[in-house]
Amino acid sequence: MAETRSGPGWLWLPLLLCGAFLYVPIAVLVAMSFNDGGSAYSWDGFSLRWYGELAGDERLRSALATSLGVAAGATVVATVLGTLLAVGLARHNRSKLLEAGAMAPAILPDLLLAIGLLGFYYAIDFPKSALTVLVAHAAFGTAFVVAVVRARLAGMDLSEEEASRDLGAGAVTTFFRITVPAIAPAIVAGALLVFTLSLDEFVIAYFTAGPTTQTLPIAIYSMVRAGITPEINALATVLVVVSIAVVVFAARTVRTTEDS
Amino acid sequence: MTTDTWLPDVAAPPRTLLDVVDVSRRFGDVAALDSVSLTIAENEFFALLGPSGCGKTTLLRSIAGFEQPDSGAILLGGEDLLGMPPNRRPVNLMFQSYALFPHMTVERNIAYGLEREGLPGVQVRRRVGEVLETVGLPELAKRRPKQLSGGQRQRVALARAIVKRPRLLLLDEPLSALDRKVRGDMQLELKRLQHEVGITFVVVTHDQDEAISMADRIAVMAQGRVQQIATPLDLYRRPANLFVADFIGTSNVLGGRLEGGSFHSDELGALPTAGATGPAGPAHLVVRPEHVRLLPEPDGAVRGEVVDVQFKGGSSHVVVGVAGLARPFLVSVSGETTVRRGQPVSLDWSTAVVVADELV
Repeated sequence: MAETRSGPGWLWLPLLLCGAFLYVPIAVLVAMSFNDGGSAYSWDGFSLRWYGELAGDERLRSALATSLGVAAGATVVATVLGTLLAVGLARHNRSKLLEAGAMAPAILPDLLLAIGLLGFYYAIDFPKSALTVLVAHAAFGTAFVVAVVRARLAGMDLSEEEASRDLGAGAVTTFFRITVPAIAPAIVAGALLVFTLSLDEFVIAYFTAGPTTQTLPIAIYSMVRAGITPEINALATVLVVVSIAVVVFAARTVRTTEDS
Repeated sequence: MTTDTWLPDVAAPPRTLLDVVDVSRRFGDVAALDSVSLTIAENEFFALLGPSGCGKTTLLRSIAGFEQPDSGAILLGGEDLLGMPPNRRPVNLMFQSYALFPHMTVERNIAYGLEREGLPGVQVRRRVGEVLETVGLPELAKRRPKQLSGGQRQRVALARAIVKRPRLLLLDEPLSALDRKVRGDMQLELKRLQHEVGITFVVVTHDQDEAISMADRIAVMAQGRVQQIATPLDLYRRPANLFVADFIGTSNVLGGRLEGGSFHSDELGALPTAGATGPAGPAHLVVRPEHVRLLPEPDGAVRGEVVDVQFKGGSSHVVVGVAGLARPFLVSVSGETTVRRGQPVSLDWSTAVVVADELV
């Protein structure tokens, strides 16, 4: 139980400043999405017109669809590969180097990974498209899933798996009936992490996307170059709402898995 | 009365169930098991007793299949176990941490092993119900491990292991996670269960009281080797070496030499040693506190002065300081004692054991 303690009274001030620093930009962005005028800076009255324009914008809609497709695909690939890799590392590996190697893509600068992948696609003469972005995102996403799932495995009682073997289960049954339920919260967390990282990833997508492929960040970037319109604010507001919904959903899923 | 015609079954020698032959296992430079051999009979309650790091858990895990010995053989009813993976061995292990599956209810936990055998659901449910009755927890079937007390978890772990009707049940420190009061009850409970289900039990423990009060026979281990295998009474009365004498029960130990059938203490000279046997040379004299007689007159074997008197309920412990000895002598007297602190006394005994110096 959290113990409530009253510290010196003035401490609310830095707290407030921190909060303001974090959330005022987002609040301004949300507020301006309801601006009737065409300026992103001055208020001309309340309106939903930019949401209407957003809904009618064919280019943004298709970019959103591309991004969701790439994120979903990368999440599935990264979650499956990352989970298997984490189990392998935790149960059958003593090399620190291999372990570091598995997590390195999460730490390496995106630019490095982007250039490397670009060179790789050229080398094998693979045409760039949304698929190449998906593969690139799955590559660094796998590293994030490994990091999250590996931490959970480290805290798991190894004798549960041994007990399953002792009671007559083979290695595969033990994995699906005992190991997976035990690390399920970490798998869910890893998957969500990959999904959100992929959705707003710009650098790697920019390098590996085909000439006509536009993910959402790339589409927004090209729009912003022509000046910020409240339409982008409206899009950002939608993304904020979706992100919060996903995080809340994830937190609830993890909690119910742990209670059960 | 002519008895020999209708008693042949009782006299028949017990059938060997488990044969451990010359098993060794090294971890780097450390020999966890060093040529360990032992046999365990059908329906026996057997204990592996020793301090932590003596190899007892490694032996248990080798029987279960979670360690592979470097050399030697382990046979169950004459069949080689070492070639089988753990899930094929007709042996079950109750883990020290219990290792209950946290995401399953009590009944799902217990049913898990039976489902792996491919038994039909009706039979699984019936046997789970029966075993829950046996361990006395039928009302907790729908609970999850988190919602159980330590003692209840222990019973569930036991139920999960015995429901498979293994030929051999291995128990790794089964009582160590329980508090003192529950532990005494569970000792009785385990013995009752063993008789009821008729399964051979092998218990690993570091607690000599636990081993002595539960086991039919005990193997005392130290530094990867079996020091002695005997009944609890024999271990107490005839320890094979100083390690066993010290580990089992309380004792007064004197260093010295055995020469011509009598013991000469380094500090006190010749001492009474009824029936001491063994080769001449360095040895230790082991005298149990309850075998020492306290005499008011100075005509015993050893003279000293009472340092402390401790009333222990059914008995009293008299601590006697003896000139020349670093450790005082411990004497156990039943009931009350009339001696007082500072009183000069002398000690004598008719039962003592002379043991060799070293470990096996």
